[in-house]
Amino acid sequence: MSAITLDNITKTYNKGSVLAVDKATFEVAEGETFGLIGPDGAGKTSIFRVLTTLLLPDGGNATVAGLDVVKDYQAIRNCIGYMPGRFSLYQDLTVEENLRFFATIFNTSIEENYALIKDIYVQIEPFKKRRAGKLSGGMKQKLALCCALIHKPVVLFLDEPTTGVDAVSRVEFWDMLKRLKSQGISILVSTPYMDEAALCDRIALIEGGKILSIDSPANTVKKYPGKLYAVKSSNMHLLLQDLRNYEGTHSCFTFGDSMHLSFKQEAEDNISKLTAYLTSKGHQQLEINEIDAGIEDYFIRITEKANG
Amino acid sequence: MDNIAIKAEKLTKRFDDFVAVDAITFDVKQGEIFGFVGANGAGKTTAMRILCGLSKPTSGTAMVAGYDVYKDPEKIKKVIGYMSQKFSLYDDLTVMENITFYAGIYGLSDKDIKKRGQALLDQLGIGHEAKTFVSSLPLGWKQKLAFSVAIIHEPKIVFLDEPTGGVDPVTRRQFWDLIYAAADRGITVFVTTHYMDEAEYCNRVSIMVDGRIDAFDTPSNLKKRFSVNSMNEVFYQLARGAKRKAD
Amino acid sequence: MRNSALRQLFAFVQKEFYHVFRDRKTLLMLFGVPIAQILLFGFLLTNEIKNAKIVVCDYAKDYGSQEIIRKIEASKYFNVKKASLSHDEIEAAFKSGEIKMAIVFPAGFYNDLSHLNKAQIQVIADGSDPNTATTLTSYLSSILRDYQSQEMAQNNMPYTIVPEVKMLYNPELLGAPNFVPGVMALVLMLVCAMMTSISIVKEKELGTMEILLVSPLKPFLVIISKTIPYLLISLMNLVVILSLSVFLLHLEIKGSVLLLFAESTLFIISSLALGLLISVNAESQMSAMMTSQLSLMMPTMILTGFMFPIENMPWVLRMISNIVPSKYYYTIVKAVMLKGLGFSAIWQETLILGFITFVLVMLNLRNFKTRLA
Repeated sequence: MSAITLDNITKTYNKGSVLAVDKATFEVAEGETFGLIGPDGAGKTSIFRVLTTLLLPDGGNATVAGLDVVKDYQAIRNCIGYMPGRFSLYQDLTVEENLRFFATIFNTSIEENYALIKDIYVQIEPFKKRRAGKLSGGMKQKLALCCALIHKPVVLFLDEPTTGVDAVSRVEFWDMLKRLKSQGISILVSTPYMDEAALCDRIALIEGGKILSIDSPANTVKKYPGKLYAVKSSNMHLLLQDLRNYEGTHSCFTFGDSMHLSFKQEAEDNISKLTAYLTSKGHQQLEINEIDAGIEDYFIRITEKANG
Repeated sequence: MDNIAIKAEKLTKRFDDFVAVDAITFDVKQGEIFGFVGANGAGKTTAMRILCGLSKPTSGTAMVAGYDVYKDPEKIKKVIGYMSQKFSLYDDLTVMENITFYAGIYGLSDKDIKKRGQALLDQLGIGHEAKTFVSSLPLGWKQKLAFSVAIIHEPKIVFLDEPTGGVDPVTRRQFWDLIYAAADRGITVFVTTHYMDEAEYCNRVSIMVDGRIDAFDTPSNLKKRFSVNSMNEVFYQLARGAKRKAD
Repeated sequence: MRNSALRQLFAFVQKEFYHVFRDRKTLLMLFGVPIAQILLFGFLLTNEIKNAKIVVCDYAKDYGSQEIIRKIEASKYFNVKKASLSHDEIEAAFKSGEIKMAIVFPAGFYNDLSHLNKAQIQVIADGSDPNTATTLTSYLSSILRDYQSQEMAQNNMPYTIVPEVKMLYNPELLGAPNFVPGVMALVLMLVCAMMTSISIVKEKELGTMEILLVSPLKPFLVIISKTIPYLLISLMNLVVILSLSVFLLHLEIKGSVLLLFAESTLFIISSLALGLLISVNAESQMSAMMTSQLSLMMPTMILTGFMFPIENMPWVLRMISNIVPSKYYYTIVKAVMLKGLGFSAIWQETLILGFITFVLVMLNLRNFKTRLA
């Protein structure tokens, strides 16, 4: 049985004038960590809210743990954990009070499922008497995860758990997800950070309410059409402008300390011609290397296509 | 010393017994893109507030655009621009009304507002959207517009607080094109971000840990020093040792 | 299952109390405002009036009237001017604000008193200033009583002087003790409706509502848990207000305290239901506050009858006042507390209030959203 299924789910707002989710179809297998990758406004949160029974879809069917999101919403609410995008704990309650409250409303106690949250909770336990509002972003995130896990959910929904969290906390957070996966919990997680996509079993790329691709991270990047090159020179800003003006360029975007370049047509002499062009423009310390595309490269590529 | 935009020396800010900013020393050159990176709660926001003239330091010195943060915070405010992810433009005003409002705050003449406003919209390719309400613009456009508005008065320095959070990858890069263009015009850019690839786009980067600046150099030198391939790893190595996690 | 629902309820109510007691502003609103209102009023009420200008028209000019006038003049409360004014002239003096009270001794006052053992005097007071009017008439009554007992001691005759009090401009003398029932209606409405709606909208703003909805909590339980704390706080407020009224303002609760609390609970439930209704449609604490202010506070202040007499209002407002729950509650409290009447006198109001409450609760049950939109 799949943990989650979506079949042509559509969601509109303002009486149909805003199309948030457009016929989304995908499946999350039991025990899988599935990533929903896309920028703000792509429709990620709407999909989460439909699946967590907070919103009714306008069309299509969806199930969570084999239960229909419309008909069986009460049953679903008993067996899922949900961490909304915004920090959603009581700021004026202490760490412990928050956890105890959520345990009770889910008909359980901290003690009963302590084993599940132990790894995470020990990190925030020293601050258990502190009000949640006074925690750092990373700590809040951990507490929220504990609260979402305390009733041992079958499926865990994490809507942008790492947004606004620093890089170190993000790495720690993904480590925790890995451990949860080993406990057999199915996880649907969304993120705007493309580099986190590689940590999921499978990912769906989403933009403008449409699912553009569903595959494992490794297979996703293999779908990148043609070759991709990393270009460097001593004057990066000038390099970007020159590459964009180059006639053979299909697209060029900055990626960290280099430019990622793809050509309109694959040809043997592409590199030699480009080298000559850039040298004529006065670029020094030129480096051009063929590289494997990343998720972000692929995302840019297919959204370009979608946009025009 | 004309080419120094910001100079901080042993800048410290204490809240009771908590040292939010711990004797940081750095300088930013005119026209430089300066990345200000750090974990949540490392003290970035506090430091940025001091430099913007919003908060008085406890000790140390800081000069911003030639003005002392103790004596002339009002003068500082006139020559800087500011934009943050959280608050940028008024949703219930049109694009042009927002531009007019911000330009008006900085005392631009009506003629200038009209001229620069139109130029700004043309540069962003949204010249026909002047009468559109900001609420109906896509997030990416909003952020780009907010940045352009933040520098409409041609400030000496512009402070950007996580300007690209949640923005799609293409728009994020277009946003950096705007930053480069501003820097080329001589505007100093002081930017904070959680995207470590963006730290690579900066001329120099400072990494704050527990209120101190633990590293301060060009991205390539930093990577060399830590023998790693990306700024992400540099940051991870430095911030992993942070003690002040719960604050 | 029942046991777990109880545990959920308890945890939820406990959490609500944490919210209340950890926010000073809320606390001040909940307990400071009612106390301040009662104290403010207590201060006004106990504020002595000295040298109030009054006019005495003595058409009797006999032993009795002279004696009483001397006593009035001797009192520090009154500043007496003697004149023979016609009724129109007295009213003109009131209008210009020259006098606060007029006392008219009819011709043959002492004659009536000594032969019939009973005489009348006419007292006219300015009802537009009910506090002063009641205070002055009570001062006058005590002077009259004084005189009567003195006469009785001398002549061993039971005399009665009947002061025929006439209030100009505000014949029912709204205000004074009537203020306490008014404050009760206002405070209960404020605490229940405004605070409940704000506390629910706060969860929406914070995003915690999403988690609560996604939890196995029954929506009904969320409603109950959100309202119980404010029901308890309201009852505590009621105790505070009544204690202050009795011990500080020396206001007597003439009727059954039990009945008063029972009726108050009914009113509290109607207010809680109103608060819930507001919270359904408000998206921010600010808008919940504004809606409460406009749709609840204003009608309570204006259409309940304790500040402005409803009888004098245009018919539109009179009609609207019929659906304002606080109007009935105010009438009930006045009847029980000030007049000492029993349930038989207020069953109609209770029935209407009960009906309104029932409609509100039903509206809530129909409107409660088990989803976000």
